[in-house]
Amino acid sequence: MLRMDPFLTETPTSVDEAVALLAAHQAAGRSTKVIAGGTDVVPNLKHGLFDPEVIVHIGRVPGLKGVVDDGGHLLIGALTTLHDLSVHPLVQQHASGLARAASLVAGPQLRRMGTLGGNLALDTRCLFYNQTYFWREALGFCLKKDGSLCHVVAGGKKCVAAASNDTATMLLCLDAEVVLQAPTGRRTMKLEDFYVANGIKNTVLEAVDLLVQVRVPKAASRRFEGYAKLRHRNAIDYPLLSVGLRVDVDGGVVSAMRCVVSALQARPHKLPCDAWIGRAFEHRQERQDVVDGLKQLAFAKCVPVKNLADDVVWRREMVRVLVQRAFDEAIGEAS
Amino acid sequence: MRPKKTVLLTLLVNGQRHEVAAPQHHTLCEVLRDKLRLTGTKQGCDKGDCGACTVLVGGQAVLSCLTLACAVDGPVTTIEGLGGRGTLDPVQDAFDKCGALQCGFCQPGMMISARGLLDENPTPTIDEIRNALSGNLCRCTGYTKILEAVLLAAAHGNDVDQSYNDMRRDRVAVSAFPDVPPGGGLLIIGQGKSQ
Ligand SMILES: Cc1cc2nc3c(=O)[nH]c(=O)nc-3n(C[C@H](O)[C@H](O)[C@H](O)COP(=O)(O)OP(=O)(O)OC[C@H]3O[C@@H](n4cnc5c(N)ncnc54)[C@H](O)[C@@H]3O)c2cc1C
Ligand code: SF4
Ligand code: FES
Ligand code: FES
Repeated sequence: MLRMDPFLTETPTSVDEAVALLAAHQAAGRSTKVIAGGTDVVPNLKHGLFDPEVIVHIGRVPGLKGVVDDGGHLLIGALTTLHDLSVHPLVQQHASGLARAASLVAGPQLRRMGTLGGNLALDTRCLFYNQTYFWREALGFCLKKDGSLCHVVAGGKKCVAAASNDTATMLLCLDAEVVLQAPTGRRTMKLEDFYVANGIKNTVLEAVDLLVQVRVPKAASRRFEGYAKLRHRNAIDYPLLSVGLRVDVDGGVVSAMRCVVSALQARPHKLPCDAWIGRAFEHRQERQDVVDGLKQLAFAKCVPVKNLADDVVWRREMVRVLVQRAFDEAIGEAS
Repeated sequence: MRPKKTVLLTLLVNGQRHEVAAPQHHTLCEVLRDKLRLTGTKQGCDKGDCGACTVLVGGQAVLSCLTLACAVDGPVTTIEGLGGRGTLDPVQDAFDKCGALQCGFCQPGMMISARGLLDENPTPTIDEIRNALSGNLCRCTGYTKILEAVLLAAAHGNDVDQSYNDMRRDRVAVSAFPDVPPGGGLLIIGQGKSQ
């Protein structure tokens, strides 16, 4: 049995109370950790990766669940579970790639527990990190936790653990924004600015911040969106690679295009796609020309490192395959 | 020494109210097994990979090894709560009739996931069954008998005896592999004399 070290639990019943509690404990010098569905926090506590003195359980905060259409955006509460997200009619209609990405996270029980907020704030993952204390100690720990060396990049001074959250890949393609609540007030930022290239902590979330809402702009024109994920067991595993793709088409030509490849390093990798704006995207061959170019670009730019338990050459080769699959998914969805 | 606080929790488990003192950092799995002695819920990997610890909370199949006991909102159903005194839940009956187990370690979690599915969707397709059970690992059976058992439990509105008798009368095999039409039901393959 993997026992957790003791901690105290706070159970706030409003957003204001939650951030006030976080601020008060921090000010008193106590380390804190927010817990929503707990599907990432609890295994990490059991592995001794997190060691907070106080856990702030936000599951009982009302008003943070559900999806609303405000006309221009889908507003998704941070506590919406991945299961609810994947079956929600508004999400299926306006952000089918997001519904699909959510449906491919983990297994069914975990999707009923895990929340969108928790998914976006998921800790990065690494072969040398997501292990028991005993295992990590035997290896002399690593830079991300308790040690000073990186086992992935010899001599590396920066952690390159993999961003492994499926919904982030797709939400970045959809130009989503996140709304954060701090004791000092609310701020909205682009999801793109939420992630940083640091595997030790790959978001700008502060200990006193709560992620309260995700805003997804609705399409202004015809949109194709797709998500593809590489994993060992399709039933449950984290991504070894993930690709999100969105193509907006207006008047038969590409008006906007996004492609994000993740599970490579700490920050999801956004590919520069503006070169395809204005390209014809009606006929089969025109579309395949676009994706062939994108596959080349993705292969050139995306180089997996040995941070997950798999052959990096295979993961790299699969970049092209996954771009094609995301594209097939996108075209299939729309036609 | 880390601060540790024991609190009095009120849990509704299998229709019974329990007041139990537990440290705030204990999981539902620990409380069910260690405090309430409901050891039908298994603790396998203890980190979300295997599904052996699956219970229903508020009717939803969740992992008790990743649920903090003090965060539980809603009634809990464990394997001990399926069926009643001396009676089996149709899922248990079907697992028994199909021989859908070997060592049995995965069974409580499997049956709870199956019950969660059938409560929400009484006539699942084979793909829906596969999906609903995909978070439950079985190292022994190869899953075929398990899928058959859930099909059997779902057929005839949970009248397992009826389904089982049909199966025996017609001397047919139920198969979990060929595609079952939407709405589920038993798919009958080969009416061989050799059975
Ligand atoms: C076996 C297994 C397989 C998995 N497979 C996948 C997978 O394939 N893909 C995938 O993406 N994930 C996977 N997960 C991880 C996890 O289930 C999901 O990412 C889930 O969405 C996490 O959400 P949660 O609510 O449980 O997060 P929690 O565990 O509660 O929290 C995760 C992190 O987010 C922070 N946090 C949570 N909510 C907020 C908030 N509102 N504001 C600020 N911070 C917050 C927490 O402090 C913590 O750091 C898997 C987990 C397991 C155990
Ligand atoms: S990338 Fe290096 S520092 Fe980061 S978790 Fe892995 S081994 Fe540790
Ligand atoms: S013991 Fe809970 S999932 Fe394995
Ligand atoms: S019967 Fe042994 S694990 Fe399923």
